[in-house]
Amino acid sequence: MTLSQLEVGQTGIVKEFTDLEMSVKLMEMGCLPGEEIRISRIAPLGDPIAIHVSGYQLSLRKFEASTIILQ
Amino acid sequence: MKADIRVALVGNPNTGKSTLFNILTGLNQKIGNFPGVTVDKKTGFCQLPDGRTAEIIDLPGTYSIYPKSKDESIVFSVLADKAKGMVPDLIVVILDASNLKRNLLLYTQIADLKIPVVVALNMIDVSEKAGIKINIDLFAKKLGVPVVPISARKIKGIDELKKTIAYANKIALQQDTIDVDAIAPQIIAQIKDDLKIENPYYALQLAHQHETVSYLSTQESDRIEHLEQEFSFHSQKAQATETIARYNFINDLLYDTVKKPETAHDETVSNKIDKILTHKVFGFVIFFAILMFIFQAIFSWSAYPMSLIEDLFIWLQSVVTKALPAGPLVSLISDGVLAGLSGVMVFIPQIAILFALISILEDTGYMSRVTFMMDKVMRKVGLNGKSVVPLIGGFACAVPSIMSTRNIENWKDRMITIMVTPLVACSARLPVYTLLIALVVPNRNVWWIFNLQGLALTAMYLLSIVSAVVVAFVMKFILKARERGYFIMELPVYRMPRWKNVAFTMYDRSKTFVLQAGKVIIAVSIILWVLKSYAPGDTFARIDQKYSQSQYTKTMTPDSLNKVIASEKLETSYAGVFGHMIEPVIKPLGFDWKIGIALISSFAAREVFVGTMATIYSVEGDADKMESVQQKMHSATNPQTGQPVFTLAVAFSLMMFYAFAMQCASTVAVVYRETKNWRWPAAQFAYMTLLAYTASFIVYHWLK
Repeated sequence: MTLSQLEVGQTGIVKEFTDLEMSVKLMEMGCLPGEEIRISRIAPLGDPIAIHVSGYQLSLRKFEASTIILQ
Repeated sequence: MKADIRVALVGNPNTGKSTLFNILTGLNQKIGNFPGVTVDKKTGFCQLPDGRTAEIIDLPGTYSIYPKSKDESIVFSVLADKAKGMVPDLIVVILDASNLKRNLLLYTQIADLKIPVVVALNMIDVSEKAGIKINIDLFAKKLGVPVVPISARKIKGIDELKKTIAYANKIALQQDTIDVDAIAPQIIAQIKDDLKIENPYYALQLAHQHETVSYLSTQESDRIEHLEQEFSFHSQKAQATETIARYNFINDLLYDTVKKPETAHDETVSNKIDKILTHKVFGFVIFFAILMFIFQAIFSWSAYPMSLIEDLFIWLQSVVTKALPAGPLVSLISDGVLAGLSGVMVFIPQIAILFALISILEDTGYMSRVTFMMDKVMRKVGLNGKSVVPLIGGFACAVPSIMSTRNIENWKDRMITIMVTPLVACSARLPVYTLLIALVVPNRNVWWIFNLQGLALTAMYLLSIVSAVVVAFVMKFILKARERGYFIMELPVYRMPRWKNVAFTMYDRSKTFVLQAGKVIIAVSIILWVLKSYAPGDTFARIDQKYSQSQYTKTMTPDSLNKVIASEKLETSYAGVFGHMIEPVIKPLGFDWKIGIALISSFAAREVFVGTMATIYSVEGDADKMESVQQKMHSATNPQTGQPVFTLAVAFSLMMFYAFAMQCASTVAVVYRETKNWRWPAAQFAYMTLLAYTASFIVYHWLK
C-alpha cells in the first residue's frame, strides 16, 4: 500500500520508497522509514495532498506520495 | 564599517531567521550579490556587548545543505569557500523550538563542517505554550554548543544571544553527530588526501557538490569526478544513508531532551483555518476575493500618491527650466533625465502596495496554501504552484516579479514563468489602455450595470492572463526539462504578519525596482531625448526661421506657435526619421509614422506613449492632462484621406500591440540578469514582437 491510497484522516507508517531521487528529498523533509504520516487534507482539485509528519505539515503531489510504501 | 568578527545566520525557512537578522542589525544593513551569482546577499552590522562589531550575513533559508534551488546552493559555498575569505568565524543556527526534529537535520550537517556554532532556539514562547518541554541544559550539553532560547517576534533573549556570540569559542567544540567517514570511507579518505582537507564532512560535500561549487579548480573537480568513478560513489545513495543516520541521531537526542504533548496546539488552530481557506468552494472564492482586493488596492490607493509624484516632477521641471538659461542642457535635464525619473518614480506606490500585500500573504502562511490549491491547474499549463506569486506581481510590474521567481526550484518551471510574466498587463500599460479606450469606446452602460469602457479594460486584463497561460502551455512542449519536477513544500502554521518585515519588504522591493528599472529607463530616456532633440543637417534651424516670419508671429499666440514648432521639430528629428522608416512595416497594422515614434519612445516605459502623443499632436495647455491629449487625438485626421486617424480598428490594434510587445527595456535587462544568457531575453523579445504584430494585424483587419 502506498501513501497516495490513504484517505483524509488515515495514518500509515513509512516502510520504504520506490524512487531513490524522490526518497532523498522526502527523507530530508522528515518522511523517514518508521515515521508515522497522517493525511491532513487534499487540495480542492484533488492534487496535491497535505500530510502531517514529524510534527509539521508538508504538501506533496499524489505522484510523489505514490513512491512512499507504507507498512 | 570594519567588522571584528563575521557571523552567518543559517536556518530552515519559516523559522524567523529574517526577523532575527533585522533585530540584530537594525536598519544597518545592505543587500548585495554573492560573487558570480544573482542571489541576494544580505549583510549588516551588530554591536556586541564587549564593544566589538560583528558583521552578520543572512544566508538563504534551507532545509538541508544539499541545495534544491539556486538560492540554497549559496549556503555551502559560503561556508566552505576558504579562498574568497567568505567563511564566517561563527555560525548562528536558528532552530524552531516547536518543530525541532526537521530543523535539527540542517544543524547536524552544519555542525559537522566544524565551524564554531551557536544555536538560537527561536519561538521558545510558542513551543512552551504548546506544552513542549525542552531540557535546554541537557540539549546544549549533548550538542556541545551554547544554546540560547529566544523569541525573535517578541524580541526576547536577544541580549543573551549577543553576549553568547561575543564570548563564543574561536574553535569548534561541537560534538560529532554521526560517523561521517562510514558513509563513503574510501572516497572521503582520498579527497582529504588529494585536496589537503582535514574535515571528512567537507570532503564528502565536495564529492557531492563539486560540479556546482565555483572555487574548485578544473583539475580538482576532474580529480573528484575520477574518484567518484573509481570508488563507484553514488551521490543519492550516500545522501540517503547520511540522512537516515542523522535522523537516528536526532531521534535519540530528542528522546532524552524533549517532552511533547500528543497534538500541538498551534497545529489544530491552523487546521481549523485551513478547513475554510483550502475548502473546495470557499477556498477559491476567498482567493479570488483577495485577488480582487489586491487589484482594487493597487489602483485606487495608489492614485493619490501617484498624482503627487507626477506633480512633483512637473514642478521640478518648471523650476529647472526657470532657473537655468534655455539650451540643450536644460532640455536634457528636464525632458530627458527628469522625465525618465518621473516615469520610474510614479510606479513606486503601486509596487510598494502590491509587495506589502504579497508579503502579508506570505508572512501569514496563506501564500503557500494558494500554491497548494493552484498547483494542479498551473502544472497543466507548464507552470508550478509557485508561479502564482510572480504572475500576480506582474499586474504591477514585471521587473520585481521576475526577480521573485528565484524560489521556484525547477529550472523549466522557472524559465517558463520568466518568459510569460511580461505578458501580464502591468501598470505601465494602464494609461495607454485608458487613453485609447476612452477615445473609441462609448462611455455608456449595457445591461444597466456594465460600463462599456470598463468592460473593454477588463477584457484587456483577461486577455493578458489568457495569453500568459496559452504561451506557457506552448512552451511546456518546447523546453526540455533539466530535472524532474517535484512539489515537496512545507505548509507553515498560520501566524500574524510581522509588520516590520512587511514594511521592510515593501521598502526593499521598491528600492530594487528603482535601482534595476531606474538605470535602464533613465539611459533609454536620454537616448530618446537625443533622438527627439536633434535632426539631420540644419532642419531645426530652418523650422525656426520659417516660423519667425511675420505671417506666423502675427496670427498665432507665442504659446501655440511654440507648440507647432515643437511638433514640426519632432517630425523631422531623428525620432521622426525612424518613425517614417518603420512606417512601411507598421502600416498593415493601421499605424502611421506618428504612432511609430510613440512605439519607439515606449521602449523606455510603455506609459511614455501618452506623453509622446501629447508632443506629436502639439497639445496645448497642460500636456499631462489626459483629456487634452484625447481631444487632439480624436480630431487628428489623415492628411491624404481626411479620415480620422484613431478609428476603432486602429485603437484596438494599438492596444493589442501594447498588450503583447516587449516594449520595456528594464524587463529585457532583468531577464538577462536572472538567466545569465542573452538568448532568453532575445527569444522573449522575438516571440512577443511576433505575437504583437500578428494580433494587431488580425484585429485591425477584422475591425476595419
